[in-house]
Amino acid sequence: MAITLEQMRHTAKLARLELSDEQLTELMHHINALMAHFERLQALPLDDIEPTSHSIPVYNAFREDVIGETLPREEALANAPEARDGLFIVPRIVEE
Amino acid sequence: MQELLTLSLAEISRKLQQREISAVELTEIMLTHISTVEPKVQAFITPTPELAREMAREAQARLDAGERTPLLGVPIALKDNLCTKGVRTTCASRILHNFVPPYDATAVRRLRELGAVFLGKLNMDEFAMGSSTEYSAFHITRNPWDLERVPGGSSGGSAAAVAAHMAYATLGSDTGGSIRQPAAFCGVVGLKPTYGRVSRYGLIAYASSLDQIGPITKTVEDCAIMLNAIAGKDPLDATSVDLPVPDFREALVEDIKGIRLGMPKEFFGQGVQPEVAEVVRKAVGLLESVGAEVQEVSLPMAEQSLAIYYILAPAECSSNLARYDGVRYGLRVGAEKGHIGMMEATRAAGFGKEVIQRIIIGTYALSSGYYDAFYLKAQKGRTLLRQQFDAVFQQVDALVCPTTPTPAFKIGELVDDPLAMKLADVLTIPVNLAGLPGLSVPCGFVNGLPVGLQIIGKPFDEMTVLRIGYAWEQLACLHDELKIPTGLRTAPN
Repeated sequence: MAITLEQMRHTAKLARLELSDEQLTELMHHINALMAHFERLQALPLDDIEPTSHSIPVYNAFREDVIGETLPREEALANAPEARDGLFIVPRIVEE
Repeated sequence: MQELLTLSLAEISRKLQQREISAVELTEIMLTHISTVEPKVQAFITPTPELAREMAREAQARLDAGERTPLLGVPIALKDNLCTKGVRTTCASRILHNFVPPYDATAVRRLRELGAVFLGKLNMDEFAMGSSTEYSAFHITRNPWDLERVPGGSSGGSAAAVAAHMAYATLGSDTGGSIRQPAAFCGVVGLKPTYGRVSRYGLIAYASSLDQIGPITKTVEDCAIMLNAIAGKDPLDATSVDLPVPDFREALVEDIKGIRLGMPKEFFGQGVQPEVAEVVRKAVGLLESVGAEVQEVSLPMAEQSLAIYYILAPAECSSNLARYDGVRYGLRVGAEKGHIGMMEATRAAGFGKEVIQRIIIGTYALSSGYYDAFYLKAQKGRTLLRQQFDAVFQQVDALVCPTTPTPAFKIGELVDDPLAMKLADVLTIPVNLAGLPGLSVPCGFVNGLPVGLQIIGKPFDEMTVLRIGYAWEQLACLHDELKIPTGLRTAPN
């Protein structure tokens, strides 16, 4: 089940990665070499097995609904590439 | 090299407590040593000498006031994916090159409260994805045993720093072997605790169902001391488990009579260098001669582990790394391209090849039409593997095997081979998938390079794992051989 360049382009778009066809082609060869190794999973008898998402039997972790400490706004914004008036600044999303 | 530097954490702690040396003096000696050795090894991304001096002064004040705790005044260092308040934390990635966390990881905060002295942040593979530290966006780190070889990874800086005596202990993180494999390559002790034993709060996430923070140290005793400091339930990590935390130093008894050890035959088989398997078999034989009961066991699913891991870990990584979008922190590139274009340009410029590869695999494995074939199958395979471990642990108390199939490989040797590099983790990955504790202790040498003995325990049974590790360490008497790594020995004139 090899991945094609077309699928690579689509996946890169989903993952928000701006990659050239040249970069995608090189990656595709690496990924297909790995995927060949994954093929062996397809042969396992797994129909009646429950999936494991993590290894400890904790399903819900509840706590009291009380207000705790939060990060002050200035600190939360301190690492932002661009911030103004207490807000993160992003490129324009809505056209005028 | 000064005798003081080669002491264990426990030994230097006693000297601090008995006031044979002050924390301030010790830190200065350490900083001088780092300035000599670091140009050869390059274990650090961000050294923090001024912070270390300040923390040493504070620790000494507490020592002067009569406080006696094992980490007070002891110089340590931290892998650069652990958030440190006010100290740059990069994950060895360009995308976080300027990130200064506003908070400490819980494990870091505990060490800070206990008065450990922070020497700096250590090199790693970018986002902890790799087995050689060659995927760091900044520079490679060299193995102190042979400067032409890798220290392993992803916690390569953490292991190399301890081996080169540039810290009495370090913290690393282990998602598929990233503590144990470099510990084995560098001739030091590394523990991946049970999943849920140590809070992951403030550990920059790679694969959340597999990641775990753990110590890298010179001795098993030091490992127990560090685990005592960082273990336990944390309200800030919902997956940390509310179980009693024993004093892990109580595991340090030499007697292992009657302990049942299993040798999983798949972990000695194909792909394991015969000389490595031989060194480990000899070690197990020695443990048997002092009263351990050894039997061969089988974990057939272990052979599927790499395939399971390289679906699950990239899937989780593709989701975790979606947060790097050039908006809240880190790099921003291409702001003129609109908001989507900015994110695409930022991520392509900020992530290295290996990280991009894993994001693509993960995104693909989770995408519509492929989820059942890959992700769900891998999760089911994970269940089968865990069931096989559970069954084996009905017969034995712990498993013993090599930590890695080979000793440290050469710099550049595997960096472009997509599969070969990943095979370096083939013996450690099953332990993460099953969530078990795993310890690597130095076991001997092959061609002058250290080899690790891996001890795998039942969930939350770090006590037994440490007990076996300690017993082995006392039996093996490798202390003198391990003291000064060959790459740092000065040539006789």
